[in-house]
Formats: sequence, structure tokens, C-alpha cells
Amino acid sequence: MYISLSNKPEPEDDGTETAVDAPKGPRGIRTVSSTVITLGIVSMLTDISSESVAAILPLYITGVLGLSTIAFGFLDGIYQGVSAVARIAAGYTSDRVEQPKWVAFTGYALAAVARIGLLFATGFTAIMAVITADRIGKGIRTAPRDALITATSRSDNLGTSFGVHRMLDNIGAAVGPLIAFLILLVIPDGYQTVFAVSLAFAVIGVAILAFVVPNVRTRARARADEKSGADAAPKHRFDWSVVTTGPMRRVLAAAGILGLLTIGDGFIYLVLQSRSDFAAQWFPLLYVGTNVAFLAFAVPLGRLADRVGRAKVFVWGHTGLLAAYVVAALPIADIAATILCLVFLGTFYAATDGVLSALAAQLTTPETHATGIGAAQTVVAVSRFLSAVGFGFLWFAIGREASVLVVAGVLLVAIPCVALLLKPFLSDRGAP
Amino acid sequence: MSDRAKWLLIAIISIVALGGAGVIGVVAFQQYQERQSAPSSVETAAPTDWATGDRVVFRNTASGQGYGHVASVQLSDPAGARAVTTQACDRVDATAEEFMCLKSERGIAPSYSATLYANDGSEMEQWPLPGIPSRTRISADGTRIATTSFVTGHSYATIGFSTETVIRSNDGEDFGNFEEWSLILDGAPAAPTDRNFWGVTFVDDNTFYATAGLTNAGIHYLVKGDVAARTLTTVAEGVECPSLSPDGTRIAFKATTQGSGPTVHWTPAIMDLASGQVELLPETRSVDDQIAWLDDDTILYGLPREGTPGDTDVWSLAADGSGEPEVFIEHAWSPSVVRG
Repeated sequence: MYISLSNKPEPEDDGTETAVDAPKGPRGIRTVSSTVITLGIVSMLTDISSESVAAILPLYITGVLGLSTIAFGFLDGIYQGVSAVARIAAGYTSDRVEQPKWVAFTGYALAAVARIGLLFATGFTAIMAVITADRIGKGIRTAPRDALITATSRSDNLGTSFGVHRMLDNIGAAVGPLIAFLILLVIPDGYQTVFAVSLAFAVIGVAILAFVVPNVRTRARARADEKSGADAAPKHRFDWSVVTTGPMRRVLAAAGILGLLTIGDGFIYLVLQSRSDFAAQWFPLLYVGTNVAFLAFAVPLGRLADRVGRAKVFVWGHTGLLAAYVVAALPIADIAATILCLVFLGTFYAATDGVLSALAAQLTTPETHATGIGAAQTVVAVSRFLSAVGFGFLWFAIGREASVLVVAGVLLVAIPCVALLLKPFLSDRGAP
Repeated sequence: MSDRAKWLLIAIISIVALGGAGVIGVVAFQQYQERQSAPSSVETAAPTDWATGDRVVFRNTASGQGYGHVASVQLSDPAGARAVTTQACDRVDATAEEFMCLKSERGIAPSYSATLYANDGSEMEQWPLPGIPSRTRISADGTRIATTSFVTGHSYATIGFSTETVIRSNDGEDFGNFEEWSLILDGAPAAPTDRNFWGVTFVDDNTFYATAGLTNAGIHYLVKGDVAARTLTTVAEGVECPSLSPDGTRIAFKATTQGSGPTVHWTPAIMDLASGQVELLPETRSVDDQIAWLDDDTILYGLPREGTPGDTDVWSLAADGSGEPEVFIEHAWSPSVVRG
């Protein structure tokens, strides 16, 4: 992993720094800025924090509090919706007040404060309040953070930057549950210890964000550029039409269509679990397998996106999802099928998650990056939520494997159609 | 602030934060060790003849040695010394010859299992569960076993809550997940997408009652199930976690009396099967348990012990609504009454 936190020029907080930290070091290491790596580490620490708690929460609620998880799951969908709307709202706010760092900080800090609450919460309602704060925090921080990644990256390696960030992020997502279960292995009733460790990681993440990450102020920079240049008209301002018309509209439509065919990992895991004893045994940890595949492929696929076009990788990355559906639905019940399915799923996320942010950033102006990225993520979150609900109906109507194969069939048709929709800039690499 | 000062500050914050968490961890570990090695906080007896006589088998939640283990007390003296076995379980149900044990297996990967044990502790059947154990019941003749577990996966996953309820035989035959059985709703076959099943109570080796819940609609049905026909037929509404009385005439269940979702309040209630009449019992606390019958006149249920996370008591209450709840066995959970 190429992480180097020292020997990098430190951008000033006054908004006059250049868009890219001057790259240093040998080829390969120098591809992403130190700010991207720092943000990746912040996300990694925050993910360790939230995933360690998420992994043990059902056990805690049922085992220690003696409550059932019925209401917990029931409300989950509502919070996902709140989190989705928070994404675009926070992106818009970040663009308008021109404070991506501090809007993101609010999201990270909210999650950290929620962890303190967890140490003292004993009732179900208190825990739900904490979870809600955590979800909203996650919704708030994503778009402004991705805007910061954009602002501190060169436009020709944006995909790589997001790849590096997502890789670090997913290391946290894979390590978090393992830390939590390791603690419970040593201290079987050590839930308070898990909460304390989670808080510690959240606090460190917030501290690094607050002290190290620069607050890149795009408009101030643009104004500075104007002053130094000729007397160009001050046209750098927030403009909704950048997000709602032209290429961005097509990308949002594409993300929505494909999102509607992304049924949710939970269903895929259930299909695997119903047939394979291996998957049943490891059911609670299948998502960790997906995260590991995601982190392994995030950087290579981000690079590929920079080389061949982000839209292309985003659209064709959905073949990974298609492959996961097919492997899950085929009557193979051995370990290899389960692992292969998780690898395909992880590849799909690696080819679409950060790449979509890079694509949205590429197609928006510096003043609308956060709004554009937030809009794309809101579309993805909402369409996937609708997809999960709709797929639930299909699942019970025609059965497990059949319903997965139906969605796979539609996806098979949708991928080339969406490729056609995005054809004008499918290979656009966004390089100056 | 200089670069150096910033990283120094972050290093200090990290050391304080992780150090604090470490101290909490060490203290928690020591307290756990002390609790584990401390003698049980209740009077215990040798487990040599724990499975003899009329008895109540339960999960021991008294701190100290034997926490979480299967234990029994004599029916004639429920407050007396408990015989604690070496078998740790989260949910227990017992018949004269065997007992079912649902448990979370500790490990770097959490896993959940269902095991049928003979009373001498030898394993008869074992299979993995997809999630956290919820309920288990054995039919009176010991041949049919029902288990319910929560299928939660990952909290950020979109699947949300569901339960998996299956019936197996004591020689390993799997009758499958209820979601694959036919649901007959108000007389007509139906397959609502949000259906979930939990809380089986056996009538005999082929017939049983259970809960069918429509999660989105928030409706709970009492269903009557047929193992051979693989059908579940609704018979009443608003009945959750049924438990059939020993004489087979009444169902004890938890009735939603207030709120919904996280604020739900469940009150123990009795339904007369012949008339369908329901009577709420005088219990003001919310009861989230599948009720057990001590005899035809008395029900048993577990409640968390206030102020002590992880500890519970089993309470008894007259099934005709006369009298107040009383502690039946302290520091106990998941009771089942075994005669013979």
C-alpha cells in the first residue's frame, strides 16, 4: 500500500493552494495526493468504528438487552431513506457555504458523538437514536468528502484517487467487525469495550480530519485565478443546471436504472445461504468477504477508469453484479461458488462506487462537485432501496433462484442500453 | 500549527483514546474473569442427576461459574439449589429424554448453531442457524423440533429484519423453512411478501401453532400448521408467540397492548381456543418471551432483571388473571417444564 504522510507539501488553509498537492516520489506512489490518503485513513478509522458496532449490535440487543430485533430491522429502511436524502442536502450545503471540510466534519463528528451516547445508552430507544445519528452522519459526510477528494486530485487520475480512498475505507469495513468479534472472543460480555474502542477510532478519525485535511475552497481559488488573469466575467458560481441538465442528467438516469436492478447484497447472501452449508455457516461474515474483494480491486479498477473512461467502467462494472446473480442462482452448492460470488460482488462495487463519484465530479464544475456527487449517491441509494423492496415482492411471488435470474436477465439487457445512453462520453477520460 | 505539532497532537489524542479504551477493556476482562471464576451467586448442586424427576429446565443467568449454562431445579422446590450442567446455551427446551440448545458459537467469525442433546450430554443432531437464536420447542414425544432465528446479516444491508423458522425431526429430517410452506390466509392461499414466521408450539408430532407476521402491515396471525401437508392456516389475529396449555384448550401469547416498533408493549394474554375469547393478564411490564406453562393454571415467562444487563428472572402468573406475577426462579431464562 502506498501511503506516505510525511514529506508532502502541506496545503494552507486559506484556500489559495493549488488543486493538486505536488506529487513526489517514484512513479506509482505519486499518483494520488496526500489529502486523498489522509481522507482515506479518516474513512478507514470511521469505518472500523461504525462496522465494529454494527457487527455486534444484533447480538447486543438480543443477548444483553433481552429485546427482539424486529423493530430494529423494520426501521432500518426508513433510516436508509433519511441517509440518502442527507447526501444531496449535505452536498448542496457544502457547495453553497463553500466549506466541504467542515460539512464533512459535521457528519464525522455526529457519528463520533453518537458513539459516546452508545456507552451510556441502555434502552432500545436510546440505541435507535444513536444509530439514527450515525446514519445521518454517514449521509452528511459522503458528498463533501468526495468533493474534497476531487478538489485535491488531478482530473486525469480522479478514478485512481477514489480507488485509493475506497480501498482504505474498505480496509476499515473489513477490519472493524473482526476487531469487535476478537474483543468478544477474549471478553465474552465485553460490549462496553467494543463501544469504547469504536469511540476511540471515531475520535482519532475526526481529529485527523480536523487538524490535517485542508479546507479546499473552490470559489475563493477561482476568484484568485480571475484576479491574476484577465478581467474575465465572474461566472464561477453555483448553478443547478450543471447537475440537472446535459451529461449529468444522463449519468443520474443511468445510475438510477442500474440502481433499480441492484437488489441488495442481503438477498444474494440469502440465496447462497439457502443452498450452501458453507455460506450458511459463514452467513454473518459474507459481507466482509465482499468488502475484501472491493478493497482489492478498488485501485486497479479506478486506474482502469482513468485510462478507458469512467462511464465505461461504471456501466460495464455492472457485469460483475450480473455474474454474481448468475453464480448465486446456478445450482452449484460448493465453497468455490460462494467465494466466486463474493468476488464478483466486490468487483462490482470496486468498479462502480468510487468510479461514479469520479464520473460525477468530472461532469460538474468545481462549484457544483459536492452537489453533483451527492445527487448521484442519492439516486443510487434511493433506487437501490426501491429495488430491494420491489425484489422482495418478486422473491415471494416466483421464488428465490427464479427471481434472481429474472433480475439478471433484465440487467443483461439494461447494461448495453445504458451504455448506449452514455455513449457520447463513454470513453471521455476527463483529462484537460 | 506546524505539521509536526499537528501530528503530535493527533498522536496524543490517539494514545489517550486508545489507551482509555484499553483500560476499559482490561477492567472488563478482569471483571469477566472474576465473575467466571467466582462461585455461582446462587446455591448450586452437582449435575449428576439433573435430568431426573419432575423438573424445570432453564438457562442459568446467575453470575459466577455456570453462567449461561443449562440447569434444572426440582418442580417441587423451584427456589432450591439448581443443578448446573456444563452445556452453555442461549435458548433451551427440554423433554424427558433430550434437550434442544440454540447458541452463539464464539469465534472470530460469529456463528450460531442448534444442537439436540440427549440428557447425558451426547450430541444427537446439530445444524447451523443463519442468525441469532430466538425460540425453540420440542414436541411432547420428542420427535419434532422447531427453531426460530433472526436473519439479520449486516445492519447496513438492505434486507432488514426477517426470521427463519424450520421444523426438523430428531433423526435429522428437515421439513424446511416455513416461507416455503403454503400459507392459507383467511381461507385462501396467499403469499404476502413481508410474511415472517416465528414461535412454534406443538400440539402433537404433526400439528402445531405458530405466529405469522406481516412485517409491513404490522399484523400478527395465529396459524395452525400441518407438518405432513406443509400448510399454515390462519386461525386468529393479534396473537404472537403462542404457547399451548398442557390440556390443549388455551393459547398463552404476548398481545400488543400499546405502541409499535421500538415502543411496543406486550402483555401476556390467554386465548380460549374453543370460543376465541382473549383475556389480558395483570402484568404491567412488557413481556418479550414465548410463554411456558407450569401447569394448566399457571404460566411462566422470562423478564430482564432491572439494572443488571444479561441477567433475567423467570416469573409465574395465574392463567385466569387472579393474583399478581411472582418470581418463580431467580437468575433464569428460557424455562421448560418436564414431568417424568
